[in-house]
Amino acid sequence: MRRTSTLAATAALTPLLVLGLAACGQSTGGATADAQPESGPVTISYGIWDKNQVPAMQKIADEFHAANPNVTVKIQVTPFKQYFTTLQTAAAGGGAPDVFWMNGPNVKLYAANQQLLPLDQTISRAKLDLAKYPEALVDLYTYDGKRYGIPKDFDTIGVWYNKALFDAKKLAYPKDDWTWADFQSAARALTDKTKGVYGAAAPVEDQAGFYDTIPSADGQVIDAAGTKSGFDSPEALQGIEFWTSLVKDGASPTVQQMTDTSPGDMFKAGKVAMYWNGSWAAVEYNGVPELKDAVNVAPVPAGPKGQVSVIHGLGNVIYAKTKHQDAAQKFVGFLGGERAAQIQADAGAVIPAYEGTQEAWVKSMPQFNLKAYVDEVATAVPYPASKNTKAWTTLQTDLLTKVWNGEVDAATGLKDLATQMNAALAKEK
Amino acid sequence: MAGVLTDREQASGTDGATAPGGSPSGSGSRGDTPAPGRRPGRSGRSGRSGSGMSRMRRNDLFWAAVFILPTLLGLVVFYLWPVVRTLLISFTETGPFGGSEFVGLANYRELFGDARLWETMLNTLKFTVVALLGIPVALVIAALLSTEGLRGVRIYRVLYFLPVVTMPAAVGLIWRTLYNGDVGVINALLGLVGIEGTNWLSNPATALYAIAAVGIWLSLGTQIVIFLAAIQGVPKDLYEAAALDGAGRIRQFWSITLPQISPSVFFISVLAVIGALQTFDLIFVMTGPTNPAYPQTETIVAQFYQRGFVENQQGYAAAIALVILVVIVAVTALQFRLQKKWVHYV
Repeated sequence: MRRTSTLAATAALTPLLVLGLAACGQSTGGATADAQPESGPVTISYGIWDKNQVPAMQKIADEFHAANPNVTVKIQVTPFKQYFTTLQTAAAGGGAPDVFWMNGPNVKLYAANQQLLPLDQTISRAKLDLAKYPEALVDLYTYDGKRYGIPKDFDTIGVWYNKALFDAKKLAYPKDDWTWADFQSAARALTDKTKGVYGAAAPVEDQAGFYDTIPSADGQVIDAAGTKSGFDSPEALQGIEFWTSLVKDGASPTVQQMTDTSPGDMFKAGKVAMYWNGSWAAVEYNGVPELKDAVNVAPVPAGPKGQVSVIHGLGNVIYAKTKHQDAAQKFVGFLGGERAAQIQADAGAVIPAYEGTQEAWVKSMPQFNLKAYVDEVATAVPYPASKNTKAWTTLQTDLLTKVWNGEVDAATGLKDLATQMNAALAKEK
Repeated sequence: MAGVLTDREQASGTDGATAPGGSPSGSGSRGDTPAPGRRPGRSGRSGRSGSGMSRMRRNDLFWAAVFILPTLLGLVVFYLWPVVRTLLISFTETGPFGGSEFVGLANYRELFGDARLWETMLNTLKFTVVALLGIPVALVIAALLSTEGLRGVRIYRVLYFLPVVTMPAAVGLIWRTLYNGDVGVINALLGLVGIEGTNWLSNPATALYAIAAVGIWLSLGTQIVIFLAAIQGVPKDLYEAAALDGAGRIRQFWSITLPQISPSVFFISVLAVIGALQTFDLIFVMTGPTNPAYPQTETIVAQFYQRGFVENQQGYAAAIALVILVVIVAVTALQFRLQKKWVHYV
């Protein structure tokens, strides 16, 4: 029995292994030579992770094929949980898709390791105007002065609120120009211990949390070059205390409670009155009948620096070792154009990055104040990232959890975090 | 072996007359119990010629190699090569896309200077000790289930075994809801008797034990099944003799059952310790870096995963993997030494 199973396993896995070993043998190094137009039909692969967006992506691929009959685009979907592990292995082995989706935390890692094709040629050939995309997103996909990704879509952060809980306390709904003070006083006024209701949720959350409040206080998580931590500034401390004070005053559930039950679930269950969440949440809330008309969204409140949201978005990138550089460049050029953005806007799943195509998304869920998300783009800051972002986001979670929990006071914790983060950044190559 | 030889004789088309005579391993024993149809040839060739034998020996070795090859290949490719490769990687700084640089013992120096290693090691050790506490529980349940004339034994056995065939990830998720501080079943039950529960999985004081308890619950089934089989193998006359001498059920358990099944207890304890030293899936599902109790629950394998697959430090992670290997080998060797004092082989 045992022997049979080993045999079967060996037989089944040998091809995989050979592939794996072959992958290990490849060396890295990017090709930057000019793209030579190929004669004859080619097929390029397009790696994505969201199956909800397949219809829109397929439509784009079909229209591209109609305009370029020689190039066929094959869409490859990998679930997000495995996407970057798979991509990394494939890229190391020389077999990543020709064109694929990239995100903020990973782009510099891939760019610095010569896995991505600089897109200057692509941009000039397709006559793309970078001013048509949010500046913060263009910056996110810029490394060492070179563009590596064309923004595809974006998300910003807003404050969702439960209308019934506001009504119960006879409180006016958040206005578009509200401030930190308004938010803090509302959070305390909405808290009702006897009913188990909290005014706000203050989890140890980066994107829909301190990545917004730190720049709102005129601080930064990491400097623009991605080499130095900004956590040890008085502004960052302000941005962190915005949250920890809520926990301390009981206006937010504790870290332990939010570990057991996610704050998002508490908000949906009507136990939390205000919850910071990204624009991606709109589709979800719109799909739940009990929530559809019970919640709405406001922009992030204005801090000392004004209303600042972090902006993140996916980018379309080209694999440095693609065998079909010419076709890949044409396709990314098409993906970056207005037509592709319009197709995405009509599909409604995400906010397209291309200027002027966001209106369709805003109108797709008219009961929500979705304009708030789009208007924030003007003042938004790029998603903090460096070459090995994961190395310090781990530290960030570790140390800030202690601060939230009251094990360490905020000033000491942030100083520690900055020191350790700078050490991690110094190790990046 | 005999079956294998027969197969090869049939497969290779050698006739029964010549094959067994030269068989290096089985000829003597097979001579006593003759296989039908082979006997005539065998008796006729009692004086073997040297050249014939070495030809046959070579032939046998060839087929032996053919039959061993798949397993050997599997072992080399899936066990030995990865170990060697891990060792090599541990001396390098390997980039996220391959490409490595030899750094000597730098990873190990950093590793042993890292307080996190010792913290996760201590957590792992605690898991292991708690996991061992599950063995007496399994023993008692197995002894009860083997009670003469007990009704519904099969049902109990299925119930206890059910967790074993359930995905640990699913188990982890379900226990997470049971342990939930605000809406969990456990706290609701405790509330009935006036005890105020805690956030079991996010309270640093309780999280590790809460998870380890699930680990025990998960592995109980396997342990009970093995103990049941061992108990059923104990000769009945031993119990009858003990009963005649006036030993009660409990005395019988201590003086007969336990010593008789001690090899199984040893086997289970070795498996339990190795399993506990490799604890990862439950930690991964039931806690996580955002859990305030994570520093108190992160095991060494979880730390390995974090460094290697999240933070892209493959060289450092490889060094952790080797430390885990050395620890497991050392602990297992220690167990094998200690067994001489308490395991009775009949």
